Amino acid sequence: MHEMSIAISIVEAVETKAREEGAARVSGVDLLVGKLAGIEPESLKFCFSAAAKGTLAEEALLAIEEPEGTGECGECGMTFPVNFYYAECPGCRSLRIKIISGEEFLIQSITIEEEGE
Amino acid sequence: MCDTCGCSDGSGAVLRKPGESDYHLHVSDGTHEHTPSHTGEEHHSSANVQEGSHNHGHGHHHHEGSSRKIVLEQDVLQKNNLLAERNRGYFEARHIFALNFLSSPGSGKTTLLEKIIPLLQQRIPVAVIEGDQQTTNDADRIHALGVPVIQINTGSGCHLDALMVNRAVKELDLQDNSLLCIENVGNLVCPALFDLGEALKVVIISVTEGDDKPMKYPTMFHEADLCILNKIDLLPYVEFDVAKCRENAMRVNHHLEWFEVSAKTGEGLAVWLEWLKKRLLHH
Repeated sequence: MHEMSIAISIVEAVETKAREEGAARVSGVDLLVGKLAGIEPESLKFCFSAAAKGTLAEEALLAIEEPEGTGECGECGMTFPVNFYYAECPGCRSLRIKIISGEEFLIQSITIEEEGE
Repeated sequence: MCDTCGCSDGSGAVLRKPGESDYHLHVSDGTHEHTPSHTGEEHHSSANVQEGSHNHGHGHHHHEGSSRKIVLEQDVLQKNNLLAERNRGYFEARHIFALNFLSSPGSGKTTLLEKIIPLLQQRIPVAVIEGDQQTTNDADRIHALGVPVIQINTGSGCHLDALMVNRAVKELDLQDNSLLCIENVGNLVCPALFDLGEALKVVIISVTEGDDKPMKYPTMFHEADLCILNKIDLLPYVEFDVAKCRENAMRVNHHLEWFEVSAKTGEGLAVWLEWLKKRLLHH
C-alpha cells in the first residue's frame, strides 16, 4: 500500500503551496496519473481523504486524469497505445519498446479558496 | 507512542543496530522541524493571529471568498526523488557503489548477501542496510559476518524511501571505494516506485515462485537493472520454466541483465560476482 505514503506527500505538497498562496482552504486537487505509473487511482482517492483529514485540503475534491500509455518501437519507430510494459510492436513484432507516455505522476493544479474581505 | 523510547512519534521508520539494544533512532526525528506540515502549522498559527487582529471571527463563511486555480505541475514523488539524488551524489563522490535488492519475501535476499559478502570483503569494504517492517533478524545475520550493518524497521511501511536511507547512511561508517547493499522490504510492488539513490536495482526471484512473476509485477521488473534467479538447486523438484521466466522478464525490460544462481550451493555465483567486480572497477 504505497498509495498511503504517496497520499501523505501529495497532501504535504498541496498544503505547502496553498499556504504560500494564502489560501483559506483547498477545494480541488487535479492529478495526472498515467496508466503505467504503478498507482491505483481508487486506492489513492481513499488514502487521500484519510491523509487530508485536519489539513487545508480536508474538503478538497481529488480529480484524477489517467493518460493512456504510448509505446515507441525501437526497431521501426512506430508509436502505438500500450497497456503493459511487455508490449509488442504491432508493426514489426519487436519487443524493444520504449514507453514515451503513460508514466506521468504529477500534481497538475490545485484550486484554493480565499477568504473574502 | 513508541514502546522503546516512549516518545510520541510511534509511527514511521526506526533505525536499529544489532548487538546494541539501546540504540534506536526515529527516522523522522532530525527532520521534524523541516517537514512542510510542521512549518505549515507555524504559518497557520500566525495566520490566526492576523485574523484575530482584523477582527475576523468564526462566523466567517467560506463562500464569501473567491476561488483560484494554481498550476503546480509538480512530480508527486519529487521530495523522494530529490533526496534520492542527494544520496546518489554522496555515493558517487565517495565512490560507494550502492545496490538496491528487491524481491518478494523469502526469495533469498539475505542468504544471497550472506554468501557474497565474505567473497567480496577481501577485495572491497562492504556495508549493509537492512529493511524490514519489524525485527533485527536480518541485520543480526549480516552482523555475524563482521560488516557494518544497520536495520531500518519501517513499522507499517511497505518500502524503504530515500529519507530512511539518508538517515541510515549517516549512522553507518561508510568507507570510500566501498560497496553498499541495501536490502529493501520484501515486496514486489511498492519499492519499485521509490528511488533510494542506488546505482542499480537488483530484483531477485526464486524458482519456488511462478515463472510468470515478471508479467504479474511488471513495474518492478521494468525498473530493475538486473534480475537474479535464485534457488536453482531446487529446479528438479519444482515446475518452473527458466527459459520462459527469462523471456517474460525480457518482455517487460529488454535491458535487464539476467543471472541464475543458488545462494545455498553457490552455483552460478561466480558468474554474477565476475560481472559485479567489473562494474565495481568501472564505477
